[in-house]
Amino acid sequence: MLERHRREISLVVAILAIGAVLAVVAPGFFAFANQRDLMLANMPVLIVALGMVLVILTGQIDISVGSQFAICSVATGVFARMGLPTPLAGAAACLVGALMGSVNGALVAWVRIPSIVVTLATMVALRDGLRWVTQGAWVQDLPPGFQWFGQSQASSELITAGCAAALAVGMNWGLRNLAAGRVVYATGSSPNAARLAGINPRLVVFAVFVVTGALTGFAAAFNAVRFLQIPSNLGIGRGGDSGGSRHDCRNAAGGTAAGRDRSGADVSGVQRVLGAGD
Amino acid sequence: MALLDATAITKSFAGVQALRGVSFELRSGEVHALLGENGAGKSTLIKVITGAEKADSGTLTVAGHVVPHHSPAAARALGIAAVYQQPALFPDLTVEENVGLALESGPAWRRIDWHARRRQARELLERSGAEIAPERTVSTLSMPEQQLVEIAKAIGARARILILDEPTASVTDREVERLFRVIGALRSEGAGIVYISHRLDEVAVIADRVTVLRDGQNVATRDMRDVDRDELVRLMVGREMQAIYPKREVPIGKTALEVKGLGCRAAGIRDITFEVRRGEILGIAGLVGSGRTELAETLFGLTPADEGAIGLQDDVMRTESPAAAIRKKMAYLPEDRRQHGVVMEMPVAANISLANLDAVSRNGLIDHAVERSLAIRYVERLRIKTPSVHAETGALSGGNQQKVAVARWLAINPEVLILDEPTQGVDIGSKREIHQIMVELAAQGMAIVMISSELAEILGMSDRVAVMHGGTMAGILSRAEATQEKILALALGHA
Ligand SMILES: Nc1ncnc2c1ncn2[C@@H]1O[C@H](COP(=O)(O)OP(=O)(O)OP(=O)(O)O)[C@@H](O)[C@H]1O
Ligand SMILES: [Mg+2]
Repeated sequence: MLERHRREISLVVAILAIGAVLAVVAPGFFAFANQRDLMLANMPVLIVALGMVLVILTGQIDISVGSQFAICSVATGVFARMGLPTPLAGAAACLVGALMGSVNGALVAWVRIPSIVVTLATMVALRDGLRWVTQGAWVQDLPPGFQWFGQSQASSELITAGCAAALAVGMNWGLRNLAAGRVVYATGSSPNAARLAGINPRLVVFAVFVVTGALTGFAAAFNAVRFLQIPSNLGIGRGGDSGGSRHDCRNAAGGTAAGRDRSGADVSGVQRVLGAGD
Repeated sequence: MALLDATAITKSFAGVQALRGVSFELRSGEVHALLGENGAGKSTLIKVITGAEKADSGTLTVAGHVVPHHSPAAARALGIAAVYQQPALFPDLTVEENVGLALESGPAWRRIDWHARRRQARELLERSGAEIAPERTVSTLSMPEQQLVEIAKAIGARARILILDEPTASVTDREVERLFRVIGALRSEGAGIVYISHRLDEVAVIADRVTVLRDGQNVATRDMRDVDRDELVRLMVGREMQAIYPKREVPIGKTALEVKGLGCRAAGIRDITFEVRRGEILGIAGLVGSGRTELAETLFGLTPADEGAIGLQDDVMRTESPAAAIRKKMAYLPEDRRQHGVVMEMPVAANISLANLDAVSRNGLIDHAVERSLAIRYVERLRIKTPSVHAETGALSGGNQQKVAVARWLAINPEVLILDEPTQGVDIGSKREIHQIMVELAAQGMAIVMISSELAEILGMSDRVAVMHGGTMAGILSRAEATQEKILALALGHA
């Protein structure tokens, strides 16, 4: 038992240790409202992480998801302003994400550039490209039905949490029970053996990058509906990007500046400790 | 006095008792063979001696001194060197760097003398009979070439105790001969050599004494002079077994695989023409580096051909990927099981079903019950020793991993089956089992191509023998024509 779950146990220990520190330094962190808000605010991170799990299982890494997230957030808003209903705008953002993922995937799988190099490059290119296009301007004048999918905040948050939970459960189930999941594991463990078994490891690597991009778009859409105006730097600062400032990050995760969260969650103490809200 | 004395060694892995109080003694100036079925505990005993694994109990005495805390570094200091069953070289470094890393000592910031390093590597490779350029990257070497580099490393260590765990599993008789000469020289210098092999005729030639393990216990230690082959088999397996190959003549059918003028520059093969018929076993012989594995890889689409054609199932083509080959009902058991044969991190069942996911799933959904029963069927049929079909394949003994790889390909029910060293590292009982299965499959109309470095296996199992030399077909002999001499002459290019 101890032997089998060594990795999980070390994670639990680390989390408990952080919790202990927080209990002393920032007791407000554990307040119910704060916990709930943090959890809701981090649902998009969970969704992106699900895609990342696939990428890591195939032995790759994608550090450009932060930049992809920012672009997809803006894209969601732009599509909505073009008149697409919010769910459709979200779906379009998924496509945008998948497109960016496919660029990463193609470069890694077929041009055979290491994924850390590829995604470092796309991270910077996408981030700065977005900055250049938007000039830092936020997406404003969103249609009235955009925020919270036109629902109440509570039910919108419920939808987000439900979708994230369903995705997490579904992914876990799929990796175990779908032939596709088996193929992902085989590719990551031994691309040579996988190839001989009739699997196309390059196609698998390409596909997981595309899926990660799409999930990032999905997450960005769910995140975007929390705002009345969409900042053009959402998510930048995630995924190992040290170029984005902690300030951006705080905005994205805590929603304290731009977001119109009901509560104005008390995460500032936490952020002082952890350096970031995620 | 004994050079090495291991007493009452026990070792268990998560629920598997690999060694149950084994005692083993190695004298100076002897070659001591260690025999036993797959999973008997040979490699585990070796790993305890080299400090790679910690024994649960028991003592280890080297040259009269008890070793209190054993570790690989301590073993090296005590003059113990080992060639493990699975080559453990650094794949992205060159051959000379690998040799240098293993043999040079001194502070980490010393300056590397590249000339001396290359000279040493070249000399050691020559002594071990390997024609390998020292500046080649290890990942470009074939399995037997890697084994030869490991042997060169071990020789260079000038060890007093040299342990060889199946060093010849995939090298040909010529390389074996050279290795034996080296071993003979070391023995006369007073070294003690532990030699693990499943090839009993080799053991008969080289060993002075023999220890047989069965189920983690020492069942006998004898002078080689006092035992014959049959008795060794009885000791290992616990029952009688005939030495002859189970080869049967079966009706030969239509052509199943036809190869015409096949060539592939990347693989270094050219102008290869032959055919295999249903019910036929075609043996492919040749020296290490003659292009046998490369031919198999080209047929299977790993390195697609750029000349000639392959006729399969009324279709003439050049297989462009393994997936395409599998669709044409071709299967290929690779020689390098660690890198290509099985996925070590995956359970046995998942490995067996990996090339056959369609058969165990419906609409992309894996039916775990079907997968399990498929795996159990092959575990029983091939007598794979594993705690369960859900055990991680990497934790199985080497021979049992090989059987898992075989099982995967039998599970797809191929029409053309290419086997590259199918019985490497497999004990005689299971080897016979695999041969028996080959004969049965041939009788059912499968066409089998068997690459083997063991001449006896080639002669014993093949209907015809194709001999390769320098990347091309040197000749094809019928069963009646094929003799050891003729095959060797063709393999050496003397024909
Ligand atoms: N790391 C491990 N984890 C779990 N079980 C192991 C491990 N290593 C070995 N075993 C088990 O210990 C037993 C002995 O294995 P070992 O490798 O010593 O056999 P062997 O005699 O060398 O066989 P072979 O001829 O196939 O190489 C086997 O049942 C094997 O499954
Ligand atoms: Mg072994």
